[in-house]
Amino acid sequence: MNAVGSSPRRGGGYGRVTGHQEYLADIKLPDALHVKLVTLECARARINAIDSTEAEQVPGVHFVMTAADLPDPMPRFGPQFQDRPVIAVGETKYHGEPVAAVAAETKDAAEEAALLVKVDYTKLEDGIFSVADALAPDAVLVQDPALRGASSFAQTNIIDEKHFGWGDIDDQEAHLVVEDSFQFPMVTHFAIEPHGFMAAPDGDGIEVWSTIQHPYLLQKIMAKMLDLPLSKVRVHAPDPGGGFGGKQIPKFEPLVAFMALRAGRPVRLVLSLDETFQQVRRSSAEIRVRAGFTAEGVFTFMDIETNFLVGAYVDIADRVVSKSSYSGAGPYRIPAVKIIGRTILSHTTPSTAFRGFGIPQIGWARESLIDEAALQLGIDRLQIRLLNLARYKEPFIPSEEADGDWEQTVRTAAKRIGWGDPLPPNRGRGIAVGLKSGPTTGLSYSTVRLLYDGSAMVYAGTSDMGQGARTIFAQITAEELGVPLDDITVVMGDTSVVPYDQQTSASRSSVLMGTAVQRACFEIQGKVRAMAAKLYNVDEGDIKVDQGRLLLPDREFSVVDVMQEALAPLGGEVIGNGEMRKDKEPDHPLGGTAAFFEFNCTASEVEVDMETGHVTLVKHVTVGDVGKALNPLQVTMQDDGAAIMGLGHTLMEHYIFDNEGRVRNIGAIDYRILTSMDLPLDLHSESVENADGPGPYGIKGVSEGSLLVTAPAVGAAVREATGKIIRDLPLTPQRVWEALQEDENGS
Amino acid sequence: MNRTLTIETTINGRRRSLDVAVNHTLLDVLRDDIDLTGTKECCVVGECGACTVIIDGRPMNSCLMLAVEIDGSEVTTVEGLELEEGLSPLQGAFLDEGATQCGFCIPGQLMAATALLQQNPDPTVEEIQEGLAGNLCRCAGYEQITKAVLAAARGVKQ
Ligand code: FES
Ligand code: FES
Repeated sequence: MNAVGSSPRRGGGYGRVTGHQEYLADIKLPDALHVKLVTLECARARINAIDSTEAEQVPGVHFVMTAADLPDPMPRFGPQFQDRPVIAVGETKYHGEPVAAVAAETKDAAEEAALLVKVDYTKLEDGIFSVADALAPDAVLVQDPALRGASSFAQTNIIDEKHFGWGDIDDQEAHLVVEDSFQFPMVTHFAIEPHGFMAAPDGDGIEVWSTIQHPYLLQKIMAKMLDLPLSKVRVHAPDPGGGFGGKQIPKFEPLVAFMALRAGRPVRLVLSLDETFQQVRRSSAEIRVRAGFTAEGVFTFMDIETNFLVGAYVDIADRVVSKSSYSGAGPYRIPAVKIIGRTILSHTTPSTAFRGFGIPQIGWARESLIDEAALQLGIDRLQIRLLNLARYKEPFIPSEEADGDWEQTVRTAAKRIGWGDPLPPNRGRGIAVGLKSGPTTGLSYSTVRLLYDGSAMVYAGTSDMGQGARTIFAQITAEELGVPLDDITVVMGDTSVVPYDQQTSASRSSVLMGTAVQRACFEIQGKVRAMAAKLYNVDEGDIKVDQGRLLLPDREFSVVDVMQEALAPLGGEVIGNGEMRKDKEPDHPLGGTAAFFEFNCTASEVEVDMETGHVTLVKHVTVGDVGKALNPLQVTMQDDGAAIMGLGHTLMEHYIFDNEGRVRNIGAIDYRILTSMDLPLDLHSESVENADGPGPYGIKGVSEGSLLVTAPAVGAAVREATGKIIRDLPLTPQRVWEALQEDENGS
Repeated sequence: MNRTLTIETTINGRRRSLDVAVNHTLLDVLRDDIDLTGTKECCVVGECGACTVIIDGRPMNSCLMLAVEIDGSEVTTVEGLELEEGLSPLQGAFLDEGATQCGFCIPGQLMAATALLQQNPDPTVEEIQEGLAGNLCRCAGYEQITKAVLAAARGVKQ
């Protein structure tokens, strides 16, 4: 069995091409009530009164839930701070925050009634929609200081300010100092599956269904809010139809749970795409970078200050800020670094995890600034990066060392893009280097059952949201037990059936859950080896196990054959358990070192239409250090997909707000993502494989690498083609055209 | 209650007489009334293609059509693609080429591609990209989807 390194058909693929895959909205709970949310047409408002009389008269309507129907004080929750209310209480803090929820027998009735709920509200001026608004001396406070605990920032809109760094930047000499400021827009995940939530009373407990990426986090939060033991909260998490980070953190699960308990029946809330747009987004950011170089282009210091504009509730955004800031200086050898990252509240959609976790924002600024330095020093943009890149095993951040041959990755990308080859007119090339920390802590358990007929079941609490975790775990099991891939079933998504997993994030699952699955297989191998020793009267120590074969001194058997012989005639199975734990390191600024780094080099060649400002991607190359591609096709799918997603925020995606904080381009008509017509003419993804990762067979995490520095690579190419530096994304034709006009006017 | 009308239609080869609410879209009826949930709901404004079905040989966004409009028509949904002997060549190619990530857009992609291949059995890459331009994939498996449609076209031709 050579399952590792092969690219079999995707686990769960049959259901996905036949329409039989059950996503959340496809699950019909008998007797379920339909829920529709009531929202206001502004961001910040005082709720004076809510009159549901008329709505409750619509035939089929059971009740309208508002803050008044929930415990007082309002229960609040969140992964970092308990700041998000079950439903808006007293005041709405972002456009799209629900103030009431209708429960009715049909969708039609719920929708009709939602329009009849009369909300008496007062629009409040002075909403906070930008970093400048938030930090103004007389700014209104987005959150009540009483909810902010002992934070020294409680009387401000700053949630926290992170300080990282090493050395003393003021002590460093520099031949050249460059400084600039950049902006990164608010963008949304736009998973094609909108978010959905269901709940049902379950005896003395509750059952919850959600499009969530982290079922066990949801279980914990629900248990706490409802004061139930974990064993009485059953979370069903069907494979999400795309997550990208947006489905990590609970949103309306507590609301539907309270409604189900009140109704004594299942309730169902499936958001529309438009509603989903208002619930999740990436943090926008304003980034100032300053860096010093020797005349040869060697870094002497870097100084980064980033203001992340998060939303009305913190969600996981403060972790985005700390984790991305910590490695914000990138994979370079820099003697002195100072980093400040601020988490700043605003009256906008709460931002959350989003593929890249803050790195695309900082990477856009840092890599663009390095190009400026190269230009001023007269050094090639590739060379300045190679010159400063940390070498394998070199510590580049205190406590973190380079975990790969990063130079090889950069050189490969440069070669593929034809770096240095002559360029036709109106063309330009750019290259950029990105680095993201993998998980800093982790805990994954897996159970594998080798069944009597030689098939196997794998239990893993990972969510397969498109990355193909089902395939990976089956491949590991096939490799270790010699079971054909088609005979392996991977069970996920039910906390009553599958053991605990911390979460599906940070490209962790192949490495962490993969190790747990492999260890479960090892346990089975051990048990079967003991069976063989007994059956054939050999010393256990003399039996080796390799790819599902038991190698005895004089003969060999398959694991399955030995198991069957040992278990006959009753049958049965052999069960293995595996655990992978990456413990907290209390003294580490992030609570733990990175399990691995996602290291990527992106290079792009563009052609700019000087009349219209339109940017065509002639060639786009992304190379990632993946350790080992356990499934090469899936790695390519992740890399291509992430690159194309990165081109979204680079070229076209951004929320547009009006001055009342309303998002003006909600939905698929007004908010554009790349289609099959917008692709690079030539898209090339490649992996560097040195089997030097911490996961099974030397793998590292993949999935995020190729969008980390899409923007600076493309931005640099546009700069070379046009001679204009653009500091704000996306690089829409209008923005590029305007930059070109500046040129002509000499301004 | 909403007014209903009775329509006669053939869905995936099966003749059906359905009482449908006059305000319900075809997507509503497929998913909610007759449990054909393979057809997906995303934008409901005709921009994402997740709800694509084939009506009388043409790919249509079922979120934009009222169910009453299919009276007398023949409808194929993703559930109707599988052949007696198993997956259709196109479905197989989607799996072999890695076109299927989260899978949520895939029913729509398959229906648009099936209709495309019916009209143009030998499409170029550009024709495929154009034919599927109305089907968004946020996992962005566009390259793999295009390859799968090409592979299916070649396979069918042989
Ligand atoms: S749901 Fe019909 S086109 Fe998007
Ligand atoms: S496969 Fe996920 S949206 Fe297309």
